[in-house]
Amino acid sequence: MAERSFAHEVQKLRAGEGTVFAGEGILAVTKALLQSGVAYVGGYQGAPISHLMDVLGDAHEILEELGVYFENSASEATAAAMLAASVHYPLRGAITFKSTVGTNVASDALANLSSGGVKGGALIIVGEDYGEGSSIMQERSHAFAMKSQMWLLDPRPNVGAIVRSVEAGFELSEASNTPVMLQLRLRSCHLHGSFTAKDNRRPPMTVKDAVENPRRALDRIVLPPASFEHEKEKIEDRWPAAVDFIRSRGLNEVLGAGTSDVGIIVQGGVYNTLNRAMELLGCSDPFGNTQVPVYVMNVTYPVVDSEILDFCADKRAVLLVEEGQPDYIEQNLNAILRRAGSEVALHGKDLLPVAGEYTAAAVTRGVHAFLSRYRPDVIDGKPTLLLPESDPSSPFAPRVGAAVVRPRPPGLCTGCPERPIFSALKLAEKETGKQHHVSADIGCHLFAINEPFNLGATTMGYGLGSAGAAALNSKDADRRTIAVMGDGGFWHNGLTSGVGNAVFNQNDQLLLVVDNAYSAATGGQDVLSSKADNVLRSTKHPIEKAVRGVGVTWARTVSNTYRIGELRDLFVKALTTKEPGPKVIVAQSECMLNKQRREKPARTKALKDGKRVVKERFGVDADTCTGDHACIRVSGCPSLSIKANPDPMRTDPVATVLDSCVGCGVCGANAHAASLCPSFYRSDLVYNPTWRDRLLARLRSGWIGMLSSGVERRAARYEVMEAR
Amino acid sequence: MPSWTQGRRPVTIAILAMGGEGGGVLADWIVAVGETAGYYAQNTSVAGVAQRTGATVYYVELYPGEQPRVGSVRSEPVMSLFPTPGEVDVVIASELMEAGRAIQRGFATPDRTTLIASTNRVYSMDEKLALGDGRIDSNALLEAAHAGAKRLIATDFMQLALDAGSVISASLFGALAGSGELPFTREAFEDAIRASGKGVDASLRAFAAGFDAAQAPSPRPSPEPMPSTPSAGSPSGPVPVTISRRRPVDPAEEAAEAAERRRQELAATDPAALVGPKLQAQAARIAADFPVAARSMLLHGAVRTAVFQDPAYADRYLDRVAQVAAHERGGDGRLTTEAARYVALWMCYQDTIQVAQQKIRRRRIEGVRAEAKAAADQLMNVHEYLHPQIEEIADTLPTRLGRWVAGSRFFSRVVGRLTRNGIVVNTTGIIGFTLLWLMAQFRPLRPRSLRFGREQAAIDAWLARVIAVAPHDYDLGCEILECQRVLKGYGATQHHGMESFGLLMGAVDAVAGREDAAVVIARLRTAALADEDGEALRVALGSLAAGPALAASNRG
Repeated sequence: MAERSFAHEVQKLRAGEGTVFAGEGILAVTKALLQSGVAYVGGYQGAPISHLMDVLGDAHEILEELGVYFENSASEATAAAMLAASVHYPLRGAITFKSTVGTNVASDALANLSSGGVKGGALIIVGEDYGEGSSIMQERSHAFAMKSQMWLLDPRPNVGAIVRSVEAGFELSEASNTPVMLQLRLRSCHLHGSFTAKDNRRPPMTVKDAVENPRRALDRIVLPPASFEHEKEKIEDRWPAAVDFIRSRGLNEVLGAGTSDVGIIVQGGVYNTLNRAMELLGCSDPFGNTQVPVYVMNVTYPVVDSEILDFCADKRAVLLVEEGQPDYIEQNLNAILRRAGSEVALHGKDLLPVAGEYTAAAVTRGVHAFLSRYRPDVIDGKPTLLLPESDPSSPFAPRVGAAVVRPRPPGLCTGCPERPIFSALKLAEKETGKQHHVSADIGCHLFAINEPFNLGATTMGYGLGSAGAAALNSKDADRRTIAVMGDGGFWHNGLTSGVGNAVFNQNDQLLLVVDNAYSAATGGQDVLSSKADNVLRSTKHPIEKAVRGVGVTWARTVSNTYRIGELRDLFVKALTTKEPGPKVIVAQSECMLNKQRREKPARTKALKDGKRVVKERFGVDADTCTGDHACIRVSGCPSLSIKANPDPMRTDPVATVLDSCVGCGVCGANAHAASLCPSFYRSDLVYNPTWRDRLLARLRSGWIGMLSSGVERRAARYEVMEAR
Repeated sequence: MPSWTQGRRPVTIAILAMGGEGGGVLADWIVAVGETAGYYAQNTSVAGVAQRTGATVYYVELYPGEQPRVGSVRSEPVMSLFPTPGEVDVVIASELMEAGRAIQRGFATPDRTTLIASTNRVYSMDEKLALGDGRIDSNALLEAAHAGAKRLIATDFMQLALDAGSVISASLFGALAGSGELPFTREAFEDAIRASGKGVDASLRAFAAGFDAAQAPSPRPSPEPMPSTPSAGSPSGPVPVTISRRRPVDPAEEAAEAAERRRQELAATDPAALVGPKLQAQAARIAADFPVAARSMLLHGAVRTAVFQDPAYADRYLDRVAQVAAHERGGDGRLTTEAARYVALWMCYQDTIQVAQQKIRRRRIEGVRAEAKAAADQLMNVHEYLHPQIEEIADTLPTRLGRWVAGSRFFSRVVGRLTRNGIVVNTTGIIGFTLLWLMAQFRPLRPRSLRFGREQAAIDAWLARVIAVAPHDYDLGCEILECQRVLKGYGATQHHGMESFGLLMGAVDAVAGREDAAVVIARLRTAALADEDGEALRVALGSLAAGPALAASNRG
């Protein structure tokens, strides 16, 4: 079960010709696929396109009605290889993943696909995880398009424009026998907007038709001599065909032609930001009526030489707004202009930031610098962001001390089952008295690198936690290396790249596999080892069975990570055992976000039905708490916080448990395992008590009342009861 | 005339929230209100891992549903995906530090922005981790919120939402409606909540509370405090630390401060009213022998030491404080107050008897019920997570017995096995309560225990240092007293605290007589409270050993 259900929204996908479709960018892309007669879809989840996979999963009924095949691919490589179905058959296929990480993984298959080319339209929808909110290294997908010769669409951030790009992408792919990448920037994926829908189209040929009529063509298979022919074809046939299609369909736009002797060239995805910058500078309006000609590259690869030369023909100077680095387009434009002997001055990264996201502020400053040099007359606006920070009117003038706004990086949620794992690991290190090199992986568990755990030294990619520890394997060392991997990464590739590799090379590492029953960081999608029943997918394949299958002999599965003491002891055992080869601990407990989503409604219902329900939460006794916050330093739970000391004699804040506590038990288990302090308690609130509950309560309160009255009487000799 | 400055521009709204707070829901509601009113609405966010409790920004643009002029490039307005610094009309911050972030990033500016900020604090990790007090001064943030907005609407929207049984997005949405910054009716806002169909009634209650709050004036930061750090050599010492701390805006703390002020008055006029019948003699002594400013603290201390042990122990407490008070310089009585505070805290050290007693007090169970929001007659069980260590048990026993137990292999094995993974005691059950009650009954035996002797000796040694330096260096005396703050926690944390304390006392001996001695000790104490492994203190001591000049240059 995914984190967010689109079961309600997917009904919009049935919208027919002429109806207005309003929704998130992701949903619109799905609708566009169906309107385009797509025959099969696959992909791998990951922000910012996780929801695209979730939408497709929730839309399986509609897909089935249309005869569309949909797969949750095992990895991006799997998804890319899936596009092989469009090599010989006129099937339209689409895949999606997060980029550039997903494209890295997929690149082998994509390169082979691009070599032989495609007959049916092949669309690779990449969610460009770049800039604020990104969780990966900052790189561009553009390079992949160039190196394998796939066309790259970068539509302007407008739901209608994105939908048209999907449709045009399939056609472009078919017209040029080339796979097409459609790049959606992070914010565009979550863009809300509307467009006029068309009817969904059943693919003219379905997957079933293809299976029943197998075809092959030797010259499409990547093996010499065909591979040498493919390279020639790319240049001699496919490129010109693509350029013709792009020109004839007018995929790129020229706006405000003839209004000025300077111009701006912009990637489609950055167009809205550019227009906002120009509005601020007084040379465009909300409807894009610009006073400076703009060439919008909705196709950023290939660059259409003739369109560039046409646009630059009547201009003195041109500014290229190209986000990210290296400056591939700028280099390309320079080559085009120089080869043609053009006199136009080309600006780009000299006036705009070389690296980093092109925010409204960055683009405004760059465009202002360009226009100030060539056409100061068209500037009619002075946004305050142009002022130096020392100017009191600048939005960046210091109005708040830098030290009082602390960073707030993402962390493990309240009740996260991964927290006790890292608490236990820290305690195990304390017990063995040795610190270890920890090779981390991609997933929520990577948050362990931050406070309060500070565990993890490198992360080499999804599922590569074990492989990242491969070299740090010494027979002479007095300790072993620890590797971490999530269940998502494990099934993505970690089983072979990590576990298989460690068995084969007799690596001594301790591998911790965090199994929270979902691909949790990407939004709670099911994986092979998920515990849930899934009507569409085969689940419940245990990780321990898999690792034993590839030859691991020391493997343990912990089914309750909240038992920190036991887990700590197991870590100590795994770190000290003499057993050769990798030691694998599978630490299982369900992702709390998903668990709460399931259990909360069930509990509400039970309460309503008059059933006995016990609500647990933790608390801290302020009297007993000495305010040393050791509990926080082994936990970091968002619900474990501090508050002003209610004791007028003491000044340091005491620990406190917030109402958001879900009663997971980590606080108590930590207090025990780390021998912290006796301040933690758990309160169990009983709803709809049974007669036995009530009888017991009466007995107890009688006895306790008797004993405590002596205690209170004594205290009353010294204390005055006052409201604290 | 350019369209932007002419007002042909969207209404821009940035929402700064933490993942899981419903910022997305709030943005969706705003879009729904706008679209229903015929506006073009665009809403973007940066999702991904930022949603896992991290700080995140949602951004909405609303543009009136005007038709573009004929021949326009686009048929609908081109909207930005980024909030532009200096151009944001409304900033909504779900928490006070996030409001600070909005100002830092230039989204909220004094020339344009209506800032709707919740004044509640969700402490950041590094504020929580400190061994001492790592909290940021809320007043600094509130001050910034006033300075960084054209109009500030600030209150504890989190509390408003909780009171209504809803979430903060609803009360903030109400404040947005109540601010009048958007040209839509209250009904239109409420319809958006109704249309979302989930928890509608509670959301509407929170909405209404937020709406009303938007009409009220925003809280002002408390005035700048007097300096609380010792000013070496100044004739009149600074005001007591208790009221010089510049803390906050939090209504609960404000109420507590008001109560403390009332108490201070009562302590001055009628100290006997603040203690029970068996401590009247002690109260009279406090009134007769100690400065007025220290009385409230002394009364607290007397009660605490008496409950901890007996009235004789309270007398011993007063004797100890009196020794220090003899070197009081008058004025605000800082030395006496701090002695009253820290001597009592140390004398009432947290041993197993004390913990057991705290756990079985009636007012404690009532507090737990209140925190769990238990209804008046609702059944509730309370489970304690205890893990007595062998040393702690030995410490509680009479000295000779304690030594034997601590040395006994058999005993340590049995206890070790029982408590390695801790025990869970049901304080609301007959066995659990009786167990804790029995433990508390050991109180009369405490003076004969191993630990009691150790603690008393340590207290006397500590006070001897204070008494030795106070006549020459009043501020250093105060600082030595405050060093008791590092004695915290249980088990390993307590051991670490004792180590730090020892190092601090060594440093006191080394620097006593130096002009900057008080400042140095204050700095070292801060270092001792900075981390758990003592690294910061070691570094600070290292630089001290490297020479006074260097130490002084590290003062910041």
